[in-house]
Amino acid sequence: MSVLVLVEGFNGEIKKSSLEAASYGSQVAQTLGTTATALAIGEVHDDALAKLGEQGISRVLYDNDPRLNNFVTEAYVKVIAKAAAQENSKVIIFSNTNIGAAVGARLAVRLNGSLATNVTQLPQINGSSFTVTRGVFSGKAFADVELTSDVKIIAVKKNSIEITSQGGTATVEKFSAELTDADFAAAPKETVMQDTDGGVLLPEAEIVVSGGRGLKGPENWHLIEELAKELGAATACSKPVADIGWRPHHEHVGQTGITVSPNLYIAIGISGAIQHLAGVNSSKVIVVINKDPEAPFFKAADYGIVGDALEVVPKLIEAAKALDK
Amino acid sequence: MKILVCISNVPDTTSKINFTGDNKEFDKNGVQFVINPWDEYALTRAIELKEAKGGNVTVLNVGEADAEPNIRKALAIGADDAIRVNAHPKDAFFVAQQIAAVAKEGGYDMILMGKESIDYNGSQVHGMVGELLGIPSVVPAFKLDMVNDNTARLEREIEGGKEVVEVQLPFVASAQQPMSEPRIPNMRGIMTARTKPLKVVEPVGNEAKTAYTSFSKPEKKGGVRMIDAENAGELITLLRNEAKVL
Ligand SMILES: Cc1cc2nc3c(=O)[nH]c(=O)nc-3n(C[C@H](O)[C@H](O)[C@H](O)COP(=O)(O)OP(=O)(O)OC[C@H]3O[C@@H](n4cnc5c(N)ncnc54)[C@H](O)[C@@H]3O)c2cc1C
Ligand SMILES: Cc1cc2nc3c(=O)[nH]c(=O)nc-3n(C[C@H](O)[C@H](O)[C@H](O)COP(=O)(O)OP(=O)(O)OC[C@H]3O[C@@H](n4cnc5c(N)ncnc54)[C@H](O)[C@@H]3O)c2cc1C
Repeated sequence: MSVLVLVEGFNGEIKKSSLEAASYGSQVAQTLGTTATALAIGEVHDDALAKLGEQGISRVLYDNDPRLNNFVTEAYVKVIAKAAAQENSKVIIFSNTNIGAAVGARLAVRLNGSLATNVTQLPQINGSSFTVTRGVFSGKAFADVELTSDVKIIAVKKNSIEITSQGGTATVEKFSAELTDADFAAAPKETVMQDTDGGVLLPEAEIVVSGGRGLKGPENWHLIEELAKELGAATACSKPVADIGWRPHHEHVGQTGITVSPNLYIAIGISGAIQHLAGVNSSKVIVVINKDPEAPFFKAADYGIVGDALEVVPKLIEAAKALDK
Repeated sequence: MKILVCISNVPDTTSKINFTGDNKEFDKNGVQFVINPWDEYALTRAIELKEAKGGNVTVLNVGEADAEPNIRKALAIGADDAIRVNAHPKDAFFVAQQIAAVAKEGGYDMILMGKESIDYNGSQVHGMVGELLGIPSVVPAFKLDMVNDNTARLEREIEGGKEVVEVQLPFVASAQQPMSEPRIPNMRGIMTARTKPLKVVEPVGNEAKTAYTSFSKPEKKGGVRMIDAENAGELITLLRNEAKVL
């Protein structure tokens, strides 16, 4: 048996979150004394596939059926189930993306397996016991969970596993699940990608610059955007900012928005309500800029500046411009 | 149209999270429980569809009797009746099995859930229910409309964009904002909720696929380092040289 890792492509490259999943998968394989195989779906360049060897992947199965370039739940589940059967895989690794969540749950039922999402650490394997650590209570706690079925499916939380690089090359093999039109019955009528302006996707970002109501209005958002551009960051916002329509909803982070766990989260004019923190509290470094020294966010921060955002942020942009990149 | 809305009973978003019994159990002491916030988007959208097209909205919770105040709250918001599967929900698969059994029995046109239960953050019950019933699962959706009596049109989020999908009834979908604007129950709703039917049924099977063995809390932050606003630029230097994140 080999450990199977699902890798997702984006613009021909492999997503960073999938490189993390590959690193996770090959380390699990090593512990189990086996190899790790990746399954790639959608548009990915061949050299990007072979480079998965650096993350310890020995073989890559590539299904380049163009109908798979759009995400279709049923078709994806079938491809993965077929690959798992061929490879006799008992451990299947995803990244905790929207795709991972959508297919992981169906696959778990189809393969009669145990599923753990939001996993933050490598498993503890002792004889037949296989335990993972996952984030629970919206970042406020972790739980150790034993996966008791024969088949174990793990969705790895973004930015919680180091990408390994051991310098190998993976062999790429064509793979076809021989899908029929019926598998694509629920294919999307339309797929609309956000105009990121060549920028960074929020869920994949290593740095996030986020603004709250303290920014006063959408007319000041150029400050957030400029700082983000200088730092190679994605932009985000608090819930009220999305609710009043200053920013689109897909930028809203927190308990009822998306969860991010970047290396650096810069919160500007955000008070730090517990529901906001729930979406950002696993960020590695948190910077808070707020004019109120009593703002609760400072308690969760690593670095803080008390001051008016409209005066502080231009200084940060200037300093960021001066950095050699 | 018959709509089933599944709600989990979760600690209020402001709750302090603690564990008891050697960190093996969540400490409910002093914790206020609410309807899972994501599920409120599903519930209100279901009520809106019913108001527009006629039909019936049933809320379903898999849980113990202490969830009943929140089930009543869902009735006060506008659901017509409720079912509680009387069991301690052991894990997502256990819950999914119960929901699938109720759904099979009731013959619903649509099964709506939240994107994620904010206690165990699994984001998986919807997919499992879809698979158990052999019907499509559209997750996470932020828009849901009927095209005609048999077809719904949903918009779902994918990383970096959205997909528009059309599915035949019946299907499962999970909701996130801005699918609807959650409602606060009014006095009339609260009064009528008391007499709306709440059926308690016993669970089917007892199977779980995972075992929670212990809990821990993240390490506390080391404290915040303040930088003078006049020298704000110094922050960037510290982020590069000290925190090493730039
Ligand atoms: C069930 C539930 C779910 C929720 N989910 C979310 C969620 O997912 N995400 C989320 O963000 N919120 C969520 N909220 C809302 C949350 O409670 C807060 O209301 C919200 O986060 C506040 O947003 P804010 O910090 O932008 O605004 P405010 O609380 O108004 O704070 C603005 C901050 O800006 C500061 N400020 C003002 N002017 C300036 C200036 N010139 N320069 C610098 N600083 C300035 C102020 O001191 C203040 O701290 C939820 C609430 C509930 C009840
Ligand atoms: C160790 C442990 C202890 C637990 N203790 C309790 C407890 O004391 N009281 C209690 O009520 N629950 C308890 N639960 C159950 C828990 O609240 C969840 O219902 C269950 O774990 C599913 O979580 P999830 O994060 O995987 O759900 P997700 O997959 O994130 O949920 C997605 C959606 O499924 C639906 N859904 C999820 N759970 C239920 C449910 N139970 N009933 C109806 N619809 C649901 C909701 O629409 C939700 O938005 C416990 C679970 C575990 C693992």
